[in-house]
Amino acid sequence: MKCRVCRGEAVIDLRRHNANFCTEHFLRFCRDQVQRAVEEFEMYSAGDRVLVAVSGGKDSLALWDMLLEAGMNADGFYVGLGIGDYSDTSGDHARAFARDRGATLIEIDLPADYGYDIPTGARAARRVPCSACGLSKRHLFDHAAVEGGYDVLATGHNLDDEAAVLFGNVLHWHTEYLGRQLPVLPARAGFPKKVKPLVRLGERETAAYCILRGIDYLVDECPMAAGNKHLGYKDALNQIELNIPGAKADFYFGFLRKAAAHFATSDDPGAGLVPCERCGAPCGGGVCSFCRLLDRVGGHQPDPREQVRPEPVELRVRARRAR
Amino acid sequence: MIVRLRNPSRELTLDGPMSVARLMNRLELNRESVLIVRNDTLVPGDAVLADSDVVEVRPVISGGAR
Repeated sequence: MKCRVCRGEAVIDLRRHNANFCTEHFLRFCRDQVQRAVEEFEMYSAGDRVLVAVSGGKDSLALWDMLLEAGMNADGFYVGLGIGDYSDTSGDHARAFARDRGATLIEIDLPADYGYDIPTGARAARRVPCSACGLSKRHLFDHAAVEGGYDVLATGHNLDDEAAVLFGNVLHWHTEYLGRQLPVLPARAGFPKKVKPLVRLGERETAAYCILRGIDYLVDECPMAAGNKHLGYKDALNQIELNIPGAKADFYFGFLRKAAAHFATSDDPGAGLVPCERCGAPCGGGVCSFCRLLDRVGGHQPDPREQVRPEPVELRVRARRAR
Repeated sequence: MIVRLRNPSRELTLDGPMSVARLMNRLELNRESVLIVRNDTLVPGDAVLADSDVVEVRPVISGGAR
């Protein structure tokens, strides 16, 4: 196979784009797709401070790498979930990435700082592990972005993630979620602006980006995610994609173009939110979901004296390429 | 060739030469779900794998309810 751009030896074939690329032009393709998403959905501007939610996996590290390569002021935020070796290894990958690039990684450790881990939290709250994990991470990401004065919180959700969530929401007609399944959520009532710059890249592409960039990411899947619905939806969509290249992109971007607005509520998205009585995070009233989870699991708010923060390292800002 | 797979981790020995596409068919893998890395280098679907190659089948699917 030959590269579509230079006719050199291709390293990857992308059926939905009917294209093959060499290393150089595949990396350019990925950066162009991200830039296109950033501009199309007005995610952030050149001078913005970005907090990247980092897991140590391919998507978040690819995103952080692209932001740093583009000269953005982007710090990482990692949450240790207390899932045994998986969390130890994922943290190692995130720290090594930050160290190699002289970037700032802010860390929270659930067991040390909040007194619980995800397996325990899920059992105590009678939630599936992915639900307890998602609730914890959303709260901590939001808090870190607002407290840190960041302009935007960026997550590594890719096209496969968004298509799978959309598939699940349509399958069960969760219309209350469909109006908010957007690549950008504006800041509101104590929540930061949230963006998903990788929505134009599939996870086969983010994995390939990491391999070709030499990014050492955690390949193994979270042991607690095995068999969850989200992975089932991805599997179903990949079966369709196999026969109909481009189906996932058509499904998701068709929804954004033609249907998302029908499900949007006209209500003020910040209406009805008040500060949590315990932690001050925005919630519907009383105590927020995260603090209720802490109650059930016997956890606690962190002691600021015990929290260890790495010394910020000055970013090596590289020249921004014209695109 | 030696073929390394994950989830669960295992190793197979197969005869080459064999194209990447044929390897994926033989292992009943969805090409949307994996990348093929030969001797630490990414290879496309029409690449031919030799008897002496070490091949990693790298899964790309990740995610809980994020």
